[in-house]
Amino acid sequence: MSIMEYNGGSVIAMVGKDCVAIASDLRLGNQALGISSNFQKIFPMTNRIFLGLPGLATDVTTLKETFRYRVNMFTIKEEREIEPETFAHLVSSTLYERRFGPWFIEPVMAGLQKTHDGGYKPYIAATDLIGCLNFAKDFVVAGTASTKLFGVAEGLWEPDLEPEDLFETISQTLLNAVDRDAYSGWGAEVYVLTKDKVIKRTLKGRMD
Amino acid sequence: MNSFLTRYSSTSPEADIRKAKELFDEDGDVSDVMWGSASGFGNLASGVPMFKLPSVPDPTSFLRMHTDDHADPSCRIKIKHGTTTLAFRFQGGVIVAVDSRATAGSYVASGTVKKVIEINPYLLGTMAGGAADCQYWETYLGIQCRLHELRNRERISVAAASKYLSNLVYSYKGMGLSMGTMICGWDKTVRIPEMNRDCTEAIRANCRLQGPAIFYVDSDGSRLKGDLFSVGSGSTFAYGVLDQGYRWDLTDAEAQELGRRSIYAAGHRDAFSGNTVNLYHVKQDGWQFIGNYDVSKLHYEGPGDVPGAPGTGYGYDLRVAGRTSSDAPQSEGQA
Repeated sequence: MSIMEYNGGSVIAMVGKDCVAIASDLRLGNQALGISSNFQKIFPMTNRIFLGLPGLATDVTTLKETFRYRVNMFTIKEEREIEPETFAHLVSSTLYERRFGPWFIEPVMAGLQKTHDGGYKPYIAATDLIGCLNFAKDFVVAGTASTKLFGVAEGLWEPDLEPEDLFETISQTLLNAVDRDAYSGWGAEVYVLTKDKVIKRTLKGRMD
Repeated sequence: MNSFLTRYSSTSPEADIRKAKELFDEDGDVSDVMWGSASGFGNLASGVPMFKLPSVPDPTSFLRMHTDDHADPSCRIKIKHGTTTLAFRFQGGVIVAVDSRATAGSYVASGTVKKVIEINPYLLGTMAGGAADCQYWETYLGIQCRLHELRNRERISVAAASKYLSNLVYSYKGMGLSMGTMICGWDKTVRIPEMNRDCTEAIRANCRLQGPAIFYVDSDGSRLKGDLFSVGSGSTFAYGVLDQGYRWDLTDAEAQELGRRSIYAAGHRDAFSGNTVNLYHVKQDGWQFIGNYDVSKLHYEGPGDVPGAPGTGYGYDLRVAGRTSSDAPQSEGQA
């Protein structure tokens, strides 16, 4: 029994044209037994950064609060909002603090980074459970369905998708991948971030 | 397993194979392999299929070392597991319902597995555990049941068929077979012209052996007769629904709905069960396939226009909508 598969759950993030999307399933299980179909794994860190925390459920709850605390401390000390790239390094170093007794979480981040000309640049990243950062130009995945997500995403993703097309792509990727994973599923939610709004949608998924 | 003992005993399956090899002189010019599979149905040396064994001192422990998931989860050949199957006897015959998911670890390898094996028009077998073991030996059981019919000019009873399978898997005990199955059928009903009061105890006993029958047979060697069984990782969930809805005098429609609803419950809660439900009904004139139902469709919409259906989805949210203090009646979610 792997502790990373104890509760189940998966997260994926994708880059589009001037937008990013992040999506997760809603299952909380106790190994084979499904407990809840309303367990959130994606949390807003700022208006432009969303963090997905697939892994051990108790650590999802703890880390969500830890990051809220650290982001607030950053905001107070620096008197500005944290940028996605800075936040990614915050996540990385927070996890490495527990190098020899890790949090059983593999975070996925999606955000919009401010550029010098005042615009926004899509930014996604993921780390392993001790904080090894992985920046990607296309998509990042994590959780019990990660292998399946890689397969479907490699097939469906293409560059420069508009927000609505990106939503369709990430939704289809997640829904079809979790149907091939016993520990993920039971509904899903998707966030699409553009420069002027955040769209949240709850998806109807297979319930078995 | 004592490898030394099995190698030289005269009653083990290995001994049978040794004897068959001597009988057929495998080192001769024409080996069995040239005719195809050495263990195939076309090659029944002394009535038992032959299997090639790994050429190691103790084939049993060799196989267990590479396949048993309890002993060593890291290095193993993943055998497909995880299932919910059920069968129950009632006034109108036997209901057999199963799911259709096959998993290898957490990977859903298939969602369209046929877990009911149609042995012959009067006998059904269910599949839990090793998919290949169940498929192969229940098909083999079908051959033997047909031979019984030809030899005795009479259909084999469910009791006899299940005992044949039970004895067969018992002879392979310890060699890694994995199956939990229910053999279901309808035993030949003899019409007694006039049911006279002073019929002998023997006749009365015979009457009890007629009609619907279920036997649970597994690879440990258990063989149990009963009215109601559920087998597999999701069996606890199925039992929950089954137990509270079960009565002997269920109507056909009620019984079919209970079978369908029970497998749905298991498919919903158990990670290793789901995808679709296959429903069968065994009556006096043999089994009948009732239908295939998508578990997710059952959750949101119900089984559709079938007898005994509730008219709504089976899902919890649908059943409690507008009936709890926290939940107002409205449609939830959008695509």
